[in-house]
Amino acid sequence: MLYREAGQFKTTYAADQQLFPIRQDRIGVIALLAVAFLGVPLFASEYWFSAILIPFLIFALAALGLNILTGYAGQLSLGSAAFMAVGAYAAYNFQLRIEGIPLLVSFIFAGLTAAGVGILFGLPSLRIKGFYLAVATLAAQFFIVWCLTKFPWLSNNSSSGVISTQKLIIFGHELTTPVEKYLLVLSIVVVMALAAKNMVRSSTGRAWMAVRDMDVAASVIGIRLMPTKLLAFAVSSFYCGVAGALYAFCYLGSVEPDGFSLEMSFRILFMIIIGGVGSIMGSFLGAAFILLLPIFLDVTLPFLANLFGLPFSSATVSHIQITVFGALIMFFLIVEPHGLARLWQIAKEKLRLWPFPH
Amino acid sequence: MIKSFKPVVAAAALSLAMLSQMAVAAEEQFFPLIDYRVGPYGSNGQAFYGGFIDYLNYVNLKEKGVNGVQMTYEECETEYNNAKGVECYERLKSKAAKSSGPLHTMSTGISYALIDKSAQDKLPLAMMGYGRTDAVDGSVFPYAFPLVTTYQMQASAIVKFIKEKLGGDLTGKKIVYLYHDSAYGKEAIIAMEAEAALNKFTLVQIPVAHPGNEQGAQWLKIRQEKPDFVVFWGWGVMNQTALKAAQKVGFPRDRMIGSWWTGSEEDVVPAGDAAKGYMAATWNVSGKQVPLIADIEKVVYGAGKGNLQDASKIGTVLYNRGVSAAFLSVEAIRKAQDKYGKGKAMTGEQVRWALENLNITDARLKAAGATDLLPEIKTACDNHEGSGKVRIQQWDGAKWVPVSGWIEGNKALIHPLFQASAKQYAKEKGITPRDCAKEK
Repeated sequence: MLYREAGQFKTTYAADQQLFPIRQDRIGVIALLAVAFLGVPLFASEYWFSAILIPFLIFALAALGLNILTGYAGQLSLGSAAFMAVGAYAAYNFQLRIEGIPLLVSFIFAGLTAAGVGILFGLPSLRIKGFYLAVATLAAQFFIVWCLTKFPWLSNNSSSGVISTQKLIIFGHELTTPVEKYLLVLSIVVVMALAAKNMVRSSTGRAWMAVRDMDVAASVIGIRLMPTKLLAFAVSSFYCGVAGALYAFCYLGSVEPDGFSLEMSFRILFMIIIGGVGSIMGSFLGAAFILLLPIFLDVTLPFLANLFGLPFSSATVSHIQITVFGALIMFFLIVEPHGLARLWQIAKEKLRLWPFPH
Repeated sequence: MIKSFKPVVAAAALSLAMLSQMAVAAEEQFFPLIDYRVGPYGSNGQAFYGGFIDYLNYVNLKEKGVNGVQMTYEECETEYNNAKGVECYERLKSKAAKSSGPLHTMSTGISYALIDKSAQDKLPLAMMGYGRTDAVDGSVFPYAFPLVTTYQMQASAIVKFIKEKLGGDLTGKKIVYLYHDSAYGKEAIIAMEAEAALNKFTLVQIPVAHPGNEQGAQWLKIRQEKPDFVVFWGWGVMNQTALKAAQKVGFPRDRMIGSWWTGSEEDVVPAGDAAKGYMAATWNVSGKQVPLIADIEKVVYGAGKGNLQDASKIGTVLYNRGVSAAFLSVEAIRKAQDKYGKGKAMTGEQVRWALENLNITDARLKAAGATDLLPEIKTACDNHEGSGKVRIQQWDGAKWVPVSGWIEGNKALIHPLFQASAKQYAKEKGITPRDCAKEK
């Protein structure tokens, strides 16, 4: 009833090829963007911006990058955090060493640098697959972190390897408040997410999916494996690189190589597994789940403890939080192995028939 | 499902309302505690923050607060993770707007992430023995305080100690700097290099990759080099491994001097026999012989309000360090109350002023029962460190024994390094440094 596309006739190619072919989706996305751009800045507090919304968007972008590589092109990677590190340090160095370079340009260059590094570490994917490739990408994780610690030039000779990012100046205006940073991150994420959505249904995206589903068959029908796989690595690393630059500039303000650890790569991988492998929306849902659930538990558990008069210390809360979090991950994976995005799909299908199911 | 949630929500709202009412009722000094008790370094955090909270409770019980102002706190668990630390900071920030003690994160990474934010929000950030060391220059970092001493000053003090041991001259001697290959380990290199140039000794730098549980190659190199001393900047499991490896290659442990993160009971006890004779720098002694520590055990644990679940941690190096951190914070609040009004809760801005004008003399330390817990401290706008002194202690197989008095690092050599680094930071960030001559 609510979600029925019957009666929506496409009369032009343009209408048939648009990004969101169903009217309800279009309205939904526009409403969501309106809320994100106009509604949220009116109501959210500073805490929400700096501690929840900004990291959520940044990790969603990184997860999106990994999802392109793993979900669409089928190449398992454990180096996402390292590519984020490349992006963060590259953006810092472009800002530092090129006089007067606009911030957004340095973000793009940071993404391109990460893409270059990504291609380099994607080379083994031409010979190895699956778990073996995941192990090969581990090399990126360790090598890049080592490299950033080893060569002081990369951190402008900071004695500790920690970089402190420059001011955020866009078109002569300095972004200082969390709201402004949020809007900057949001704009970049929205543009890149829509670009990704568009890309995965283009011939490039189809080629990726063909390689994912069976690379021999893909090469038989004329898809060249090497450029396809390397392009997936490049695009994925570009997304991760920009996410890393945003992570350093808009979120933490100062980063150290050790911060981009293997653990962070795993977190990004969990985001796409929970959210939905091979789904743009899944990246966002997964990032929300992984980032927000611990905070939610952290805030609610002490309340519940108070309610039942349990003597919870903050350490107990942390332990319970980790346990509950782990249990919920298992629960979701058993109930819905295809991730949260699949739940949303099922909901849509139900809505299509509601209130008159067969 | 929804029905069963209703009473929970109602109760939550009610308790929230009650909490906020209580906060209004009495004058209270709030401490936002961005701490960690779980995760890889959880046991360190338990001892440190246990000591911190115990001292706050001690002030509440013993003196009924500072001039009647009760100390309160709220903890937020970071698990030593930078992103979580920032989340905690943002969560506690609004509560700290009205009154706030200094922040102690016990994590260099989190401190770095908070330096700009805390200055913007006017909340003082204390980094006792970690964090951004060039914040010693308060003209660029008004809200950051690397109190007591820094890695670089510590390295310089250790070199001074070695110099004394070797008869006052280091010319032609050889010192190996064995370090954890991370931000922490590399921090002191600049000071060691400056000292090597000044004192004309040979410096050999040997990094150990994290986590450092395999050091065969490094100690083989040390045996070849035959150094006069090994200065040792380890962390976690690396410490005991180094001691055992030193024993294996026959390097005397009494010619190894560690930083203050290598000199706690947790570092030497697992190494057993190999640790005997090993020396480490510290700025607070361990043990319960300090009157304040003994009194805390009596007053706080006697009243059943102790924070530690494992009371055997009382008197360990890290516990005492937590007490000394809380002691300094509370002293700052006393100082601030003297200026801005006794019996009132102090805002972050007022506490910042106090931290910059601390003057804790030996007499004051003695009166508080905290002799040996800290060196004398006198801060100023251009000296947020306040002391720069450490002591060397030696492990006798059962306990740490101090083997030196307070040794001050070479300030004339080290502080200009901080100023140069702070200046570069100010330039990168577009900060106009304050004029310290005008601050009072």
